[in-house]
Amino acid sequence: MTDGNIKFVQGNEACVEAALYAGLDFFAGYPITPSTEVAEHMSYRLPQIGGKFIQMEDEISSICAIIGASLTGHKVMTATSGPGFSLMQEGLGYAIMAEIPCVIVNVMRGGPSTGLPTAPSQGDVYQARWGAHGDHAIIALTASNHQDVFSITVDAFNMAETYRTPVILLFDEVIGHMRERLTIPEPGEIPVVGRLRTSVKAGIDYHPYLPREDGRLPMSDFGGQHRYNVTGLVHDMWGFPSNNPSVVHGLLRHLVDKIKNNVDTITRYKEYYLEDARTILISYGSSARSALHIVENRRARGERLGLLELQTIWPFPYGLVEEKCEKARHIVVVEMNMGQVLRAVKRAVHHPERVVLANRIDGVFITPTDIKNILRLIQGKGV
Amino acid sequence: MERCRLVFSGSGGQGVITAAIILAEAAVLYDNLIATQSQVYGPEARGGATRSDVIIADTEIHYPKVTQPNVLVCLTQEAYTKFYPIIRPGGTLIIDSRFVKTYTKVDAQQVQAPMYQTVMERIGKPIVFNICMLGVVIGLTQVVASDSILKVLEKRIPAGFLDMNRQALELGMELAAQVKV
Repeated sequence: MTDGNIKFVQGNEACVEAALYAGLDFFAGYPITPSTEVAEHMSYRLPQIGGKFIQMEDEISSICAIIGASLTGHKVMTATSGPGFSLMQEGLGYAIMAEIPCVIVNVMRGGPSTGLPTAPSQGDVYQARWGAHGDHAIIALTASNHQDVFSITVDAFNMAETYRTPVILLFDEVIGHMRERLTIPEPGEIPVVGRLRTSVKAGIDYHPYLPREDGRLPMSDFGGQHRYNVTGLVHDMWGFPSNNPSVVHGLLRHLVDKIKNNVDTITRYKEYYLEDARTILISYGSSARSALHIVENRRARGERLGLLELQTIWPFPYGLVEEKCEKARHIVVVEMNMGQVLRAVKRAVHHPERVVLANRIDGVFITPTDIKNILRLIQGKGV
Repeated sequence: MERCRLVFSGSGGQGVITAAIILAEAAVLYDNLIATQSQVYGPEARGGATRSDVIIADTEIHYPKVTQPNVLVCLTQEAYTKFYPIIRPGGTLIIDSRFVKTYTKVDAQQVQAPMYQTVMERIGKPIVFNICMLGVVIGLTQVVASDSILKVLEKRIPAGFLDMNRQALELGMELAAQVKV
């Protein structure tokens, strides 16, 4: 490790460096606060390594551009916030249906609509899950510090390639804009999953949607050796539209199962002092920093408080949350929205009545005091 | 070391956020410390109240915002009026007498340094006002080494402007030394 690997950067910049580490060579986007620095740094960094950066006319074209570039064999990403993420939902659904690997960064800000451009929020958890219409599965990841932003971004690219799916990175304004230390790992320190390309030779029929035995779908760079069809319509193994009920059923099951059956492999989390915790905080993203602040303070005083920090939000790790919370008397979900992960946690645990919310929805980063007040309330001490 | 919590406040365009970034970057890259820097800002690029929080420590920092600063810098009257109540009792409050009229009842060491006037008289360019302020801060607190700040300046600032910044940093440290005596 050299000193040059240590940087003092914003979370948005950590995400850019990680994307390049993972092999990104194409970015299309439209700048919007608080994600702008992702595009800004990409516009500077990508040309240095011979990659392509395009500033598009809007977010709809941005996601379409990365879908096209991915099909031709590139590793791709776009970044947006709030209303831009809303505009991307149609393209997101297309990428899910056509099984195009891509990474979409959503640095969450206050909403709905143009909302609070410069203020933090975590209100897009369910939009990430169900923003695109129709039955589908999605992967959404997050992180609470820049080192984790780096590794989770590399993970996002790896999962996108492994499962041929869009992966959403749900960061927030605090993580995006805050600066702290980042150590860039040496090449090879974090494994990088490359594009799985078909071994079918040129001139031989290639089936773009015929899974191998392990369920993965080898790709062929579009415009290269094979001619094939790509569509947002329900399609057969050749990629041509079909309304054959068994094809429809098979495709939908495949789209959901390829992620649902791999929840354990996709789940990323961190835990602090859970072994004997009576009260468990569950949090993610920047809120987890405030939660950890409280946990460290209370542990120093001998209180049996722990933290489960989720890094995989979707598919929601129901089994993990159920297991970790089995012995907890109180479970406090800490997030900056009106109870989005709270809802999933209540569905996961045996005693949903033990789950309460510590939140903030006024555009102010949730403080350790906000959480402390909720802890006092549930312990019957008043605020 | 004791955890140092700083808040730099002023008006957009005065360079308070830049100064905060330089300080925290110096701590991390050259003094081997842990630091976070964050800011609260509105949609406007200039004007409006700006605030940047820096924490410098030798242990992990989880909550990155400052609720009670040991060191508070206020470069406008608006910022002073808004933020003086949050200073940690006995902390250091740094203001420029040209822009801020202080209240007497504040429980803090109030340092009135003629930073703007000194910069204009000795350098003549208001653009390095924020670096002079940084000189006062590190002169008073020794939270990072001045050499570390210089290394960051060398990295970030075009060669032609480096001398001016170096001079402003030294002026600030001189001002701090005068206050201490």
